[in-house]
Amino acid sequence: MNEPVVNLELALEHGLTEDEFSRINEILGRVPNYTELGVFSVMWSEHCSYKNSIALLKTLPREGKKLLVGAGEENAGLVDIGDGLAVAFKIESHNHPSAVEPYQGAATGVGGILRDIFTMGARPIAALNSLRFGSLDDPRTRFLFEGVVKGIGDYGNCFGVPTVGGEIYFDKSYKGNPLVNAMAVGIVKVGETATATAEGVGSPVMIVGSSTGRDGIHGATFASEEISEKSEAKRPSVQVGDPFTEKLLLEASLEIIKNDWIIGIQDMGAAGISCSTSEMSAKGKSGMDINLNKVPLREKGMTAYEIMLSESQERMLVVAKPGCEEKIIETFDKWDLHCETIGKVTSDGIIKLKYDGEVKAELPADDLVLGGGAPVYYRETKFPDYINELRDFNFNSIKEPISIEDAFEKVFSSPNIVSKKWVYEQYDSMVRTNTIVGPGCDSSVIYLKGTNKALAANTDCNARYVYLNPKEGTKIAVAESARNIVCSGGEPLAITNCLNFGNPYKPEVYWVFKEAIEGMGEACRFFDTPVTGGNVSFYNESPDAAVYPTPVIGMVGLIENIDHVTTSYFKNEDDLIYVLGDDFEELGGSEYLNVCNNIVSGDAPKINLQTEKELQSFLLSSIQKGMIKSAHDISEGGILTALAECCIINENNPIGADVNIPIKSREDFSLFSESQSRVVVSVAKEDKEKFEKAAGESSTPFYFIGKTGGSSLKVNEKFEFALNKLAALYYNSIAEKMNVEI
Amino acid sequence: MMKTKFGIVVFPGSNCDHDAYYSVKKVLGYDAEFLWHKERDLKNSKVIILPGGFSYGDYLRTGSIARFSPIMDEVIRFAKNGGIVIGICNGFQILLEAGLLPGVMIQNKSLKFVCKDVTLKIENRNSIFTNTIEKDLLNVPVAHGDGNYFADEETLSSLRENEQIVFRYSSQDGVISDEFNPNGSALNIAGIMNKENTILGMMPHPERCCDPILGKTDGSLIFKSVVNNILNQ
Repeated sequence: MNEPVVNLELALEHGLTEDEFSRINEILGRVPNYTELGVFSVMWSEHCSYKNSIALLKTLPREGKKLLVGAGEENAGLVDIGDGLAVAFKIESHNHPSAVEPYQGAATGVGGILRDIFTMGARPIAALNSLRFGSLDDPRTRFLFEGVVKGIGDYGNCFGVPTVGGEIYFDKSYKGNPLVNAMAVGIVKVGETATATAEGVGSPVMIVGSSTGRDGIHGATFASEEISEKSEAKRPSVQVGDPFTEKLLLEASLEIIKNDWIIGIQDMGAAGISCSTSEMSAKGKSGMDINLNKVPLREKGMTAYEIMLSESQERMLVVAKPGCEEKIIETFDKWDLHCETIGKVTSDGIIKLKYDGEVKAELPADDLVLGGGAPVYYRETKFPDYINELRDFNFNSIKEPISIEDAFEKVFSSPNIVSKKWVYEQYDSMVRTNTIVGPGCDSSVIYLKGTNKALAANTDCNARYVYLNPKEGTKIAVAESARNIVCSGGEPLAITNCLNFGNPYKPEVYWVFKEAIEGMGEACRFFDTPVTGGNVSFYNESPDAAVYPTPVIGMVGLIENIDHVTTSYFKNEDDLIYVLGDDFEELGGSEYLNVCNNIVSGDAPKINLQTEKELQSFLLSSIQKGMIKSAHDISEGGILTALAECCIINENNPIGADVNIPIKSREDFSLFSESQSRVVVSVAKEDKEKFEKAAGESSTPFYFIGKTGGSSLKVNEKFEFALNKLAALYYNSIAEKMNVEI
Repeated sequence: MMKTKFGIVVFPGSNCDHDAYYSVKKVLGYDAEFLWHKERDLKNSKVIILPGGFSYGDYLRTGSIARFSPIMDEVIRFAKNGGIVIGICNGFQILLEAGLLPGVMIQNKSLKFVCKDVTLKIENRNSIFTNTIEKDLLNVPVAHGDGNYFADEETLSSLRENEQIVFRYSSQDGVISDEFNPNGSALNIAGIMNKENTILGMMPHPERCCDPILGKTDGSLIFKSVVNNILNQ
């Protein structure tokens, strides 16, 4: 077959810029051939090269005393948790594929992040996610939502990892461009980890797992442009997932890693063989000679270009220790998987590809990769005018609601607030029998068998706050994530981030991105929760709108003693309810404004990191002393929502409350304020003095507001909400919206 | 005294095999060993567990390929000779495909996977799987996409007459109605056994509720009942 002639026009079609194309010519000292152009174009795509973000990402704190592997060094970060164990975790986006093919897009997002974990030698023990969609009143959004949830469920359920938690928001800004961020957490014994490197001249290079097909060609390039009407035509760029094969690949990969038969291993995600060969070679300062005829293919007639760019899932590249090939082949044979030696490691730093006896590409590995020759850009920034316009909002212009009860019921049935039971019951949240606290609480809690410890994990980001105030909003995302870890009895360890933004070539978008990174860095340094890695997803724009800037935080914490595991719901009647932290009647970006007034305006709530840290440290020590029966942070919807949740989150045993909430200037302001650094706790009567003494000695403000008991939530001797009615709103709202007859 | 030995079959795609192993061995203290699907040795197991998961990906029909694996020849022989077999979730589906229990499993009525805690009413308290349990209702989770038990009227009435229905989905108070049926199963059936009282198939996961650390232990009662019956033989 005749290959297209490579020229500037073809390079532009591949998503490269004119400058980038001439750099490639310089590097090679010649014009690349078609296969080489394809490889460069995916390796230098935003998705693989992080060319517009890496300079800023490097300003994030990436070191900590417990970090065994930091950001960017391997496929996922690795944190020491004692007892000879380490936790590997990472979050990654699959937004673009999910926008055109929600089921496979989401499924392969889960598959990709799981491979990132087990390619480290870690066994995945939990999956989480963070999802954003348009309004559920829109039929296409319901289609996307349903498909994404089913895709996540089917993949994780079959693979056998519990999907234990996450978050979901609905806002019209995500209408044409949903966000699908998948996170995985794994456990590995220190010393049994694997690395993604190619070393030792002559070491065999093997491809294992699935065969290679024509699916997902140019997936990485597709993810590096805005979504448009033309995107539908890119559906073939979406990969197809096979969780059954992934489960076999997991077992086989962990076996060869544990037996120490390999030098390096890397999963094939974006850019397939191109990415794994060049990244492993660059890391090992080596090269590879690859014979593409040895790659098991799904169909005849595939070209070198197609093989190199295929993003067929469930594949790994392995560099074997010489002499161990037979044992590796036997292992994969036992699991009924392909395992073929396709080449060997060389010393010249060149990726040399042969196919049908011809040399199809000769590329310097280091020039292809992030941290090597891939471009690094500092983009122009410009303060976006919308921020000042929105901040200049007079809250007193909002009419007081005629009925607080009606307003609250509206807030408490908003899809952003209500239980996501309709979603998480489709996920197997219990397989592996480690799930102490599953979906629906502040953090999920996973038991570590053989120890007395557990991990707490969550994902968090209120993107409305980030939209209104990128820096403070991102600090809030980190602070809230940490607060949720503490509410479950854990100490925050580290974060992974998934940065979902618009087109970085728009200066306003880039200003917001820069501010968000600065806020994240500041908060992570303050809480000593380094960034272990993550993912940047730009170009989240559709013809309808750009999404809210959404820097999702995935946090993992350690619960030193499983006796400290704490949940958010009230436990017994006649317990004392306290609020920790002060209210400042902050309604900017609140769910109340959004739901009752259809307004997203004002400034994000203020966040004082010192106040937050003191709150968390007091709460954690009180939990560890056994004084706290329940802890739930006050977030979207404000204190009324938080209290109602405390009453009914344990669906089988709801417990009411009778409380007095201090009103500052207006009832609606105080009841729906989303001021930060606040937590509702319940305390047994007999611990009253002990708790109040400890709270008094701390710098955290605390207020006794009432007692648990009864079958309703009574507020300020004025409002009363029957728990069965609240539960009906909370647990049925999403199901009702999804069961609309069309 | 010799510990009762459980043999846990590992098919490609089984993903509750380790959970079953951990629960019977580490939590309950019995003996347990994995049985690889390509082998034919049951390793002197007293009880065979066909665990949950997605054997062979369940791409054709749940359990339909697994039943043809080499180990299943031996399991079927063992079962026909009176050996005790417990099929959980995908394992129940395999028992149906292998013809060791009557009926078929179809997709949940909701067409969605469902994972949650359910209440099981013990319908037959004389079976070896239940006769040492001192209560009527168990709290056990389900997690499946194809758990909708279906059989013709004749089969259903024969299951009833022969007291082969072991567990039914119910409310927390033992009321049996559609409202508490998570998958649309005929007669709210959650688990059935053979006439000979030696083979149990159930969709809910008893192995997921044995460890007190996870807050629920009703599943352990089923394994204990089986072991007590073996010891009293």
